[in-house]
Amino acid sequence: MLLNYSQPLELNKLTSRIDAALHAALPEFWAVVIELVLVGILLIATYALLAVVLIYVERKITAFFQARIGPNRVGKYGIFQTVADVTKILIKEIIHINRIDKFLFYTAPFFIIGASIMAFGAIPFGQGLQAVDFNIGVLYVISVSSLGIIGVLLAGWSSNNKYSMIGAMRSGAQFVSYELSAGIALMTMVVLSGTMQLSTMVESQRYCWNIFNGHLPALVAFIIYLISGHAETNRGPFDLPEAESELTAGYHTEYSGLQFGFFYLAEYLNMFIIASIGATVFLGGWMPLQINGWESFNQLMWFIPSYLWFFGKVAVLIFFSLWVRWSFPRLRIDQLLNLEWKYLLPINLVNLLVMVILVLTGLTLTDIFK
Amino acid sequence: MRTFSEYLRDMFSGIRSLLSGLSITWKELWTKKVTRQYPENRDTLVISERFRAELVMPHDENNEHACTACGICQINCPNGTINVISRTTETEDGKKKKELDRYVYNLGTCTFCNLCVITCPSDAIVFSNNFENATFTRNKLVKQLNHEGSRLREKKPIKKAGNEAEKDSQTA
Ligand code: SF4
Ligand code: SF4
Repeated sequence: MLLNYSQPLELNKLTSRIDAALHAALPEFWAVVIELVLVGILLIATYALLAVVLIYVERKITAFFQARIGPNRVGKYGIFQTVADVTKILIKEIIHINRIDKFLFYTAPFFIIGASIMAFGAIPFGQGLQAVDFNIGVLYVISVSSLGIIGVLLAGWSSNNKYSMIGAMRSGAQFVSYELSAGIALMTMVVLSGTMQLSTMVESQRYCWNIFNGHLPALVAFIIYLISGHAETNRGPFDLPEAESELTAGYHTEYSGLQFGFFYLAEYLNMFIIASIGATVFLGGWMPLQINGWESFNQLMWFIPSYLWFFGKVAVLIFFSLWVRWSFPRLRIDQLLNLEWKYLLPINLVNLLVMVILVLTGLTLTDIFK
Repeated sequence: MRTFSEYLRDMFSGIRSLLSGLSITWKELWTKKVTRQYPENRDTLVISERFRAELVMPHDENNEHACTACGICQINCPNGTINVISRTTETEDGKKKKELDRYVYNLGTCTFCNLCVITCPSDAIVFSNNFENATFTRNKLVKQLNHEGSRLREKKPIKKAGNEAEKDSQTA
């Protein structure tokens, strides 16, 4: 049914042709091994590339919010600024710190980047562009992305530095609290779409995005998800773990060179991951805008390839996150915990209940207009 | 129940204030950018008259300046930035006279406090707007302010009443 539409720029034809060629030329086992390696390399390359793009975009948008121009020297409009920065960070010396817990200190960045790459792999970037599609996709993403906090805590602990320690502890408190909210908000949507598999979730939002389908509770869940997702990435008004003015840089104070680069990369990619999960679960993922019954319009929409739809939706969410970041002052730790435990969590629990009632009594938008 | 309504009121007023904050930054996003792109805008660059960039000694068209080599500026400078080197010459009628030989100013140690300009009795030095002072070596920051072969501007002979002479020197 899907392939009836004309999709000239879709990548899944290319991938299936490569798959067929490999299987024809090689025994089953080797074909699978090569595919695994290829997918891995592609994912890591996309990961790095996205980070470079995101850092540039962030710096530009930040500048615009502050009535500045932002990077504008390296290349036209400064587009090669982050390329230059990345090159610099790659060739920088890694400074060896005395009296640290060496093993933990050097493994901490890998925990963080590993967790974020694992979550990255489960994101459906477009039609047929998903590396791991578990039937418990949502659960998988939540659980692997929370592994990152282990890296943060290890980094803070092993640095043997009070600022790092305080930063890591704050980050831990914040992460544990807000992970709860993000999880419950996502569960609300799981109740609505009746599946945890990200690909079927996208498919089920073909004609009606989840955020419209579940109207009021879905909207509340979306807002809560955005707030808690924002808090999880340690950015914006929730950046107390890094609070430059009080903690120098928080848990990664002692890191230098590429190790610092790992933290930096993971921070940006976590922002992307949060935004893309949000887009997938609430805004229909890579599915182009489809309206039931308007066949020619739907066909037209498919001419824009699905991965562009995905990146467009993610870009909107990332822009929103930057907007919030440059609007609000940093929260105090008690305000932060108040917000989560006294406001978001109770609202979230009630919201989940409302959603269950909504689904059971058939009051979702698709049920009403069936 | 009262506290519950307070809780709700708190929450909604919080949301409202967050939204108003967002709207302000949204407007800011579209405002004109204030960045001045310096080397490109050199021609249109506006720098305030009061900006103290570099000490200069104005010379007139006859290559004459107003510095009497009194050394007051040197004494007043808190950093030893100024070095007034004078020489003694004889005028035609055989009188000995102190004259400015070299006025050495070290831009590298100047704090731009303006004390020298304020205290100079002859208004011989001023601060200019030329701010592009970067050099590759520190020696280049030591400058001689009087031009080669310059002389002290002769005052118009004062033959009037003391009162008027004072006024004259003030306006000069
Ligand atoms: S501005 Fe101040 S520091 Fe500079 S030369 Fe004059 S008196 Fe010295
Ligand atoms: S610049 Fe002014 S204060 Fe300094 S020596 Fe010359 S006349 Fe005197």
